[in-house]
Amino acid sequence: MKPVRIVQGRGVPLDRSDVDTDQIIPSDWLKQVERTGFEKGLFSEWRDDPDFIMNKEEHAGAKVIVAGPNFGTGSSREHAVWAIMQGGFEAVISPRFGPIFANNSTKNGLVCVQVEADISQAIMAAVIANPETEIVVDVERLRLEVPSIDIDVRFAMSAAVQHRFLEGLDDIGLTMQRADDISAFETTRPDYMPASS
Amino acid sequence: MSTPRTLSQKVWDNHVVKEQGVTANDDGSALLYIDLHLVHEVTSPQAFEGLRISGRGVRRPDLTVATEDHNVPTENQDQPIADPIGRKQVEVLRQNTAEFGITNYPMGHRNQGIVHVIGPELGLTLPGMTVVCGDSHTSTHGAFGALAFGIGTSEVEHVLATQTLPQPPQETMAITINGELPVGSTAKDVVLAVLGRTGTSGGIGAIAEYRGSVIESLSMEGRMTVCNMSIEWGAKAGLIAPDDITFAYLEGRKHAPSGAAWEQAVEAWRALATDADATFDREIVMDGSECVPHITWGTNPGQVGPIASSVPDPDSFDSPQERDAAARALEYMGLTAGQAIRDISIDTVFIGSCTNSRIEDLRAAAAVAEGRSVASGVRTLVVPGSGLVAEQAEAEGLDKIFTDAGFDWREPGCSMCLAMNPDKLAPGERSASTSNRNFEGRQGRGGRTHLVSPQVAAATAIAGHVATPGDLA
Repeated sequence: MKPVRIVQGRGVPLDRSDVDTDQIIPSDWLKQVERTGFEKGLFSEWRDDPDFIMNKEEHAGAKVIVAGPNFGTGSSREHAVWAIMQGGFEAVISPRFGPIFANNSTKNGLVCVQVEADISQAIMAAVIANPETEIVVDVERLRLEVPSIDIDVRFAMSAAVQHRFLEGLDDIGLTMQRADDISAFETTRPDYMPASS
Repeated sequence: MSTPRTLSQKVWDNHVVKEQGVTANDDGSALLYIDLHLVHEVTSPQAFEGLRISGRGVRRPDLTVATEDHNVPTENQDQPIADPIGRKQVEVLRQNTAEFGITNYPMGHRNQGIVHVIGPELGLTLPGMTVVCGDSHTSTHGAFGALAFGIGTSEVEHVLATQTLPQPPQETMAITINGELPVGSTAKDVVLAVLGRTGTSGGIGAIAEYRGSVIESLSMEGRMTVCNMSIEWGAKAGLIAPDDITFAYLEGRKHAPSGAAWEQAVEAWRALATDADATFDREIVMDGSECVPHITWGTNPGQVGPIASSVPDPDSFDSPQERDAAARALEYMGLTAGQAIRDISIDTVFIGSCTNSRIEDLRAAAAVAEGRSVASGVRTLVVPGSGLVAEQAEAEGLDKIFTDAGFDWREPGCSMCLAMNPDKLAPGERSASTSNRNFEGRQGRGGRTHLVSPQVAAATAIAGHVATPGDLA
């Protein structure tokens, strides 16, 4: 993945709760065997409605999705993260994320910024009132800033994930450096453990 | 004396790959060894491609099993898949598993089926194991006391390459259900009642253990139904302590140990139960009497209530967000607040999915269908979870009971759970479905889904509107 140090730009207000991964990318789009082209499937059923917020001219080019609680619940499809990133978004703000979605995001460099509900609602209101509202997600300092409404709060990210974001590291390579530990563990597995072949 | 531990902590600790004796990194994360990796065609192609790009192999093809389930049609499986994109995805799985030496059970093979049905029935899923799959319903395998969870495609690639996963620490949570189930209630009603308590996010950040007399009384099929939907209330995984019911299910299965190894395994598995003085970070206590027959009325599994109730008024919810979500759901579902649930007419009934497609589910539905007829105009699909389930059901004559009653008996696959194959709802069509998700469009664009147990699904097909078996003449 590419290094991610700071995300700076406008937001799009997705003011509803429980936006599950079936909404982010409907299952029709999961049949591809490639890793690209998923932006066409991003919110594809909602996008057919011209009034859907992401179709609005004033939000074109936004980099941050400002969402209600429980964003990314449901299916484990990493295609949801790919679609959001290929759609031009680099961060999502929500009071709560679906756990598999949040984890998948860390493997691709999409920043899931989890904040208290009142903070998220204030940002939602600001972005609705003024689409030009600037949002800054600073991965190095772990701060979320919305200067126009005096928001400057810390967000959580594990040190290991932050390190990978800042350096753009693939964690498979890191694990493979521990091949000897893994081999040692394998000698301790009980004999009754099944094998598929 | 060692510190008392819960079931999930024991399984976790048994799988930590230690580095010079150190069990966790500074942030508490650990590298966990994975005992079983299940693979299907939808979430794996980009992972195999990633391996090829970086010149990596599959570390343990012998601990990896693949099958074709999401895309497969449930009719004419002897023919190639008509949809060229779905067919390609299945062909790519066959190429990838052949290239990397992984066992694949293809469409038409008797061991083929929904990935979370075949793992347990082949004895590949055992107590105390770590099990992962690129599928959120991997939590199903927790029914055996395995630590089982869904992963994304990047993690599929990670497990293929290393047979391990780095994992952050999780809280522990107990869902204790005491007392007994009301007559006519099922495991599905248990987990739907849990969802009614927790909503879609009550378990986020936790690994849950289901316990109490209601859980202990469930069969393995029932326990799998409960654990299957753990992710719907946000839990990373859901486990049940293995007991004699677990061991009786497993003994003699294809990959389960036998002879002296079986005895050794059972002894180890008995020791996995949560220690008497262990504590959980969170606990929810319920009584079996809360688990009356349930149904979802909205567009997420937390929007659920008893069948003997009415569609809720959005204004009855506490938070503005819940009110807004309920109003939006009623609009999508075409329902009116105050309408009796039993008055909801149904177009399609789907009995199947990784939640409810096992032999016990089919027996329960067939018992309701026997000697009755599907209401006119109702489309039905009964989809066994695997080739082995289909064989067993046919040996017992269940297929005949279903077809005599006017139900459509199909071939194994994920079917109408997720609209990736020909089995879909049309826009505006309404289903009673034994699957796990009632999200907008989940069963087909514009489709309206009500989640229910197999018994309620069968009774609803016969009545033409939402019904329990007790409602039928």
